[in-house]
Amino acid sequence: MDALILQLLNGMDKGAAYALIALGLTLIFGTLGVVNFAHGALFMIGAFCAVTMQRILNLSATIIDETQTDFLGNPLKVEVPYVQSWFGEVTGAAIQDWAVPLSILLVIPVMLLVGWAMERGLIKHFYKRPHADQILVTFGLAIVIGEIIKAFYGANPIQTPSPAALTGSIDLGVAIGFEPNTVIYSIWRIVYFFFAALIIAGVFAFLQFTTFGMVVRAGMADRETVGMLGIDIDKRFTVMFGIAACVAGLAGMMYAPILSPHYNLGMDFLVLSFVVVVVGGMGSLPGAVLAGFVLGIVQSLSSMNEVKAIIPGIDQIIIYLVAIIILLTRPRGLMGRKGVMEE
Amino acid sequence: MGILEVKGVNKRFGGLQALGDVNLSVAENTVHAIIGPNGAGKSTLLNVLVGKLIPDSGSVMFDGQSVLGRKPHEINQMGISRVFQTPEIFADLSVFENVMIPCFAKRDGAFRMHAIESTHHEKDIAEQAMAILEDVNMADKRDMIASSMSRGDKRRLEMAMCLVQDPRLLLLDEPTAGMARADTENTIQLLKDIRTKRGITMAIIEHDMNVVFSLAERITVLAQGTPLVEDVPEKIKGHPKVREAYLGEAQV
Amino acid sequence: MLGLNSRDLRLFVIVCALCLLAPILLNPFPVASSLGESFNAGYPALMQRFVIFGLLVIGFNILFGLTGYLSFGHAAFLGVGSFAAVWMFKLLSYNIVPAIILSVIVAGLFSVVIGYIALRRSGIYFSILTLAFAQMMYSIAYSDLVGKMFGTIVTNGETGLQVYNDDPQFLMGEGAPTVPHLFGLEMNSAFTWKVGGWEFIFQNGYYLSALFMILGFYLSIRIFRSPFGMMLRAIKSNQTRMSYTGLDTKPYMLAAFVISGMYAGLAGGLLAAMDPLTGAERMFWTASGEIVVMAILGGVGTLLGPVFGAGVIKYLENIVSKINSDILHSWFAFMPEWMENLVVNILYPFVGKGWHLTLGLLFMAVVIFLPGGLMQLGEKILALFGRKKKSDDAKTGATEPAE
Ligand SMILES: Nc1ncnc2c1ncn2[C@@H]1O[C@H](COP(=O)(O)OP(=O)(O)OP(=O)(O)O)[C@@H](O)[C@H]1O
Ligand SMILES: [Mg+2]
Repeated sequence: MDALILQLLNGMDKGAAYALIALGLTLIFGTLGVVNFAHGALFMIGAFCAVTMQRILNLSATIIDETQTDFLGNPLKVEVPYVQSWFGEVTGAAIQDWAVPLSILLVIPVMLLVGWAMERGLIKHFYKRPHADQILVTFGLAIVIGEIIKAFYGANPIQTPSPAALTGSIDLGVAIGFEPNTVIYSIWRIVYFFFAALIIAGVFAFLQFTTFGMVVRAGMADRETVGMLGIDIDKRFTVMFGIAACVAGLAGMMYAPILSPHYNLGMDFLVLSFVVVVVGGMGSLPGAVLAGFVLGIVQSLSSMNEVKAIIPGIDQIIIYLVAIIILLTRPRGLMGRKGVMEE
Repeated sequence: MGILEVKGVNKRFGGLQALGDVNLSVAENTVHAIIGPNGAGKSTLLNVLVGKLIPDSGSVMFDGQSVLGRKPHEINQMGISRVFQTPEIFADLSVFENVMIPCFAKRDGAFRMHAIESTHHEKDIAEQAMAILEDVNMADKRDMIASSMSRGDKRRLEMAMCLVQDPRLLLLDEPTAGMARADTENTIQLLKDIRTKRGITMAIIEHDMNVVFSLAERITVLAQGTPLVEDVPEKIKGHPKVREAYLGEAQV
Repeated sequence: MLGLNSRDLRLFVIVCALCLLAPILLNPFPVASSLGESFNAGYPALMQRFVIFGLLVIGFNILFGLTGYLSFGHAAFLGVGSFAAVWMFKLLSYNIVPAIILSVIVAGLFSVVIGYIALRRSGIYFSILTLAFAQMMYSIAYSDLVGKMFGTIVTNGETGLQVYNDDPQFLMGEGAPTVPHLFGLEMNSAFTWKVGGWEFIFQNGYYLSALFMILGFYLSIRIFRSPFGMMLRAIKSNQTRMSYTGLDTKPYMLAAFVISGMYAGLAGGLLAAMDPLTGAERMFWTASGEIVVMAILGGVGTLLGPVFGAGVIKYLENIVSKINSDILHSWFAFMPEWMENLVVNILYPFVGKGWHLTLGLLFMAVVIFLPGGLMQLGEKILALFGRKKKSDDAKTGATEPAE
């Protein structure tokens, strides 16, 4: 029972990451009608924004400290991070510690910029081209982004710790009346889950309660009509793309402490999130979220020892298996609408 | 007993009764026209006949066999061909290939793995294809890519694709829509010739009364999914119900 | 001749000649020269890759080029082909005949099952389904899940599968070669011809692979020109019309899928026959992506495109990833120093380890500007040189009149 709950929780944060990527993917697909294979790369850019932020905050000036000497009797050189010399040692160190959450300051402008450049510079020219071409060109772009990241950050995963206060784990089991040490759960993952829930709620609220969102939803339901109403769809598309990019970027940023970012991260997540989108139903936002959580949880549950004892390694293939079964039995996915991508 | 017998067919789309208790009998070797105002359910009826839609209830018998539940290609292999309201052709292929494909389908059935033989060596297929292109006056366009033709030409091509199969029943959904006057006359002539030469049974949907009255031997008037009257053309012209449902609408 | 029309025959003869003379054509520079070190590609190992991947992409093109169904998991069939072949080496002997036969059969069986399921969807759903199947097979192979289930070794997981001394090799005769061979003809033995500073290597393995590619190319020409090929193009064009014309699209699609899966299996078998070991990474989805890239780069739906696409990518991969900053400096040594450094610094990220960056950019450029791939580029260039007539008859190639 306790193991079950633990896996359920594990599935929640993984599912949250899938759901966030799938949400962005669906927004882009639903509004722009573009199949974006570079969406995983946006997730990765977000993660690397966190890495960058951490590096920026650790930039140090070398100061010669006259009051101390090294063992040769020369004045000691100490590296003092700029933030510490500007804000004082304590505040500065705290700022460094909170690098990952703080990188939101970097993620949002960067993602908006990347999203804007991508939509205006590339995707725009592919609205009218076949889906296969869209897949191909964004696939190429994903390779390019991955390689650029590799050129700057190297090929190895980069540890990106979460703030000390949010590191470590808490004993959730005690809270719900189990023995101590049965359901121990990492704090950051809980944070991640709530963060994801917040963003998902934010996106839905935005679509539900703003005029902009209303037009976007109308556009997702029936693009042609909205186009004919003389609403400037183009500009909204760009904004939509920026928002989707931000969602992916934020998802990646917060995921950096869970999975040390590396240049293949985007691709790893992309394949899975496409499966998620398809399972949820191409073009359905609630479907994407639902499928993200369902698949995340299913994957976690199948990695329980009890399950693995019966079918070894099932956790590695379960997502694909579920996707294949769902696609065959419910061609439109869990919540897909009629007529989307069926020709 | 007609070659095509439609009995008590119903089809709903959500709240809309697209077809309500449709009964229709098309006698072999005749041209049967189905007319009616826009949205009357004419295309829906054809969709039921070719297996694109499955009716909620009722039966459709072709030559004594039920077509319901069969796949479109099986229905075609039974001998029913259809010309669509918006042309369905192989847009990326040449005109000649467009007509060769139905010839192969007719000769070889729904599937045949002829992957090694060259298309060029199929002399009889080529002859058939050429003959039908000449019949529809398109022989000079045989090497054009189908998508580059005018709408009227696409429609004639689609008709050729159906005719070359020598179907036992040909369904035509507004075959002359989008055609110039002269082409319409040609098409009427073509269909008449085909009738006398090959004896193909036809069910034709048309808004153009000129076409209807020059071809049809029987006419069914459909309104709001239900057949109002069925009779010979002479009687349809003056029929009060028809005026009311259809012709009248145009005059008021 | 050979049942081909004159244009196709010309193509076929050109491909045969290129394959035959590749060891010479690809080594245009003396071995010891710096140009030779950088640009020569006439090494058996590389030439094998040209033709084996050429074969693979020719098969992929039968599916994607003709029907328009984009499979993103084709490397899976390559992988099972390789595994099947290595198992034949382990169980029977190093003779490649059973290995290659089994690799084709196994890939064929897998593609029947996967194709049957994946083809129930079209468009992007099909792409994702094939991707999902391939990733699943990769995971199974990478952790050897089948082996674990039965307590034996099937794919040998991360280590990869290879032949060990204590393998049964039931059919291994006394004194038979201990490397892959065709009835005694060892795949890796070669004849080297030295003329002046030049060196040309003619290797058995390369020629065997080339022979298979030529056969595969010939078969693909026949398929392209057959009624079956026409049906596949018709499916790409309008499936609705297909079924209302009385044609069942499913078996046509499945046949195309299985044929192209068997090509991939054969390619996998040949890879193993050239070097008797394999691993799960051959099935990873980046490998599938590479197949797609080769097909697009060469020109989808054309006969020669796949051969060129595979050749160009494998050539560039080999050449570009070998270039380092010393080589770059030596190339631009004629410039003033600051300019040399500048140019080298600009180019450096794109070569050596940065090869994939170049590949990605190249691929994007092709998709954006040259949807017809290198074949389209070739046509454009021919047209530029006023050889209008030629490019015209190249275009009607697909729609040949039946005279
Ligand atoms: N697939 C469908 N889903 C929902 N409603 C449909 C569908 N197909 C047709 N309808 C509706 O059914 C009614 C009948 O349509 P149908 O196309 O059969 O008319 P029609 O008689 O062919 O008209 P027209 O002369 O304009 O071609 C229309 O109101 C149409 O909107
Ligand atoms: Mg209609």
